[in-house]
Amino acid sequence: MVDVVLRQFDRATLIAFGCIVLLLLIGALAEPAFLSPKYLIQQIHVASFLGVVATGVMLIILLGHIDLSIPWTIAVGGMMATGAAGILGPELGVTFAIPFGILCGAAIGAINGLGVAYLRAPAMIFTLGMNAVAQGLMVYHTGGFAPQNRATEFMRELAVGHLIPGVPNPVLIWIVLGAVTMFMLNRTTLGRQIYAIGNQERAVFLSGVDTRRVILICFVISGACAAATGVLLAGWANRSYQAMGDPYLLPTIAAIILGGTNVLGGRGKYIGTVAGVILITILQSMLSVVQPQRYFAQLGLDMPADVFRQIVFGLVIVAMLLLYGRQKLVR
Amino acid sequence: MSVPVEATGGEAGAKRKLFGLRLSVTQRGILIAIAIFAVMFAVYGWKQPVGLTANVINTASNKGALLALVAMAQTLPVLTGGLDLSVGAIFVLANCLASSIVVGDPVSTTLGIFGVLLIGLLCGTINGVIIVYGRLQPLIVTLAMGAVYFGIALAIRPQPGGSVNFELADFMTRSTYAIPHSAILLLLVVIFIWIPYRRSVLGRAAFAIGSAEQAAYMSGVPIDRAKILAFALSGLLAAIGGLLLTAITYSGAAKISIANDYTLNSIGAVVIGGTSLFGGVGSAIGSIFGAFVMRTVGDLLIVFDINPVLQPLFVGIVLLIAVCIGSLRVLRIKNKLDLYR
Repeated sequence: MVDVVLRQFDRATLIAFGCIVLLLLIGALAEPAFLSPKYLIQQIHVASFLGVVATGVMLIILLGHIDLSIPWTIAVGGMMATGAAGILGPELGVTFAIPFGILCGAAIGAINGLGVAYLRAPAMIFTLGMNAVAQGLMVYHTGGFAPQNRATEFMRELAVGHLIPGVPNPVLIWIVLGAVTMFMLNRTTLGRQIYAIGNQERAVFLSGVDTRRVILICFVISGACAAATGVLLAGWANRSYQAMGDPYLLPTIAAIILGGTNVLGGRGKYIGTVAGVILITILQSMLSVVQPQRYFAQLGLDMPADVFRQIVFGLVIVAMLLLYGRQKLVR
Repeated sequence: MSVPVEATGGEAGAKRKLFGLRLSVTQRGILIAIAIFAVMFAVYGWKQPVGLTANVINTASNKGALLALVAMAQTLPVLTGGLDLSVGAIFVLANCLASSIVVGDPVSTTLGIFGVLLIGLLCGTINGVIIVYGRLQPLIVTLAMGAVYFGIALAIRPQPGGSVNFELADFMTRSTYAIPHSAILLLLVVIFIWIPYRRSVLGRAAFAIGSAEQAAYMSGVPIDRAKILAFALSGLLAAIGGLLLTAITYSGAAKISIANDYTLNSIGAVVIGGTSLFGGVGSAIGSIFGAFVMRTVGDLLIVFDINPVLQPLFVGIVLLIAVCIGSLRVLRIKNKLDLYR
């Protein structure tokens, strides 16, 4: 049992967790409130939104593909859930708001999966196209008639409420989703097949596995996870809006890669993704707390806060990858 | 597997006859992109109330040339089997920088142009060096470095604004005898950058790496230098695009939406232009026409009186159709095993 747990922690995961501790300590030096339970819970709460979407995308990256349709699948999830009352009617719409939103995301995932698995289109370009199509459909949806874009009571409760005192609901959702995903990846045939396809799809096909079905399933899960994040975000902000998914593409991919998952597929642990998600969230939060632009303002340089967020964000990702993401030399 | 050479053959000598002509895969891709563009542009000209005047052509050329330059920038890394997600950010950085330093008398303007191009080259070189010597995936490195370049652009121009040498901007965006200067700029880039690169040792090495990196290494191809050069030139081309954008808008703006839009559309343009995302097959010339196809979609929406906010929907559908047509080879494959890598 112990070795099963220990096996989850590879070198990348340990470094990522080490960096989280380091970041918190540096943050605590600048601002003692950094280590307060309230702040930490709040960070985990914010991280859980990223965690849910990263869960789905990680499966795709493990397969050796990529899902660039994340931003607008999130928006579709949020906007369809809040708009369900207008589409399904007030009675059904409120009850089935959340399943409807997630189902729409899963449908986008299914089209992605059909394109990538059955048409053998490059995932990068196909999901990119789907992203644009989803964007166009959402613009059409809001342009055609005024949708109801308020979140339902239940969605609000799901995003900001506490079923267990002290633990926000999205964290609970992330824990359950993460546990199921870890079980799936480590203990089921589907999980084994995902890792195997990422290593060599040809060999898996020759072993009698319907690899195309596995890829399709993973894309459906990815779409559903992204839409679920959209539902949570809509509940959190109490409304849905067009660009709600835009800030999530880069952090999602970065979190997964920082967690030690190989971009080319086949290798990576879910616990690493968890570490990556928390690391990215704390990094983003630290930059908004420390506010380096104040020092530059003293020097007479007016710079928006986003300058530092972008530059530090990019440099940290490259630096961490140089630490443990390097590939073998071609020989 | 043979190294694909544009003039003599494509992957594994796969030549197919098109209207009785023997063409390589790359040449066929370029011709298809040209044909799609010609049809779309003809429909546009026919539906356009004022017809194809010099002005209409000039506007279309300016818009298309912007994306075409970024798409050419994207083509070089793609040919090596990589991807550059920072082209949009370098494009925006060049735009912001140009709106600050390409001003004043002819001497300072000229120095400014060199400065902008040099920064683009530098950004691309940094990408290449990190990818080659850091041994990291191009996708994630350029994604991260794109954020850095965009941050620098934002530092240069926190608010949209700035200015540019008026004579230069006017000259770059005008047309002479109905020939748009931006189209001439594209032609010059092809003649002075793409063709010499394509014929150089490092350019051919880039194609070899894209087809089979291991085999290229075994044959003594200078892999490291070829990859760095591909990314460096990609930065340079994106910077030329940024310079043209400054000439068109007379100002600079650091907007993340512009960077993302150009990065994503450039990948679409590359694919429509017949370049394989797996590397080794394709041409920057195809990407130019791919870019014009992408931009004509928007123009067609306007003349057919379709709400312009729906543009993403149609661009997305064009992209999906393009990849689906590319996927028709699935139907021709006799051995099912060839489907899988």
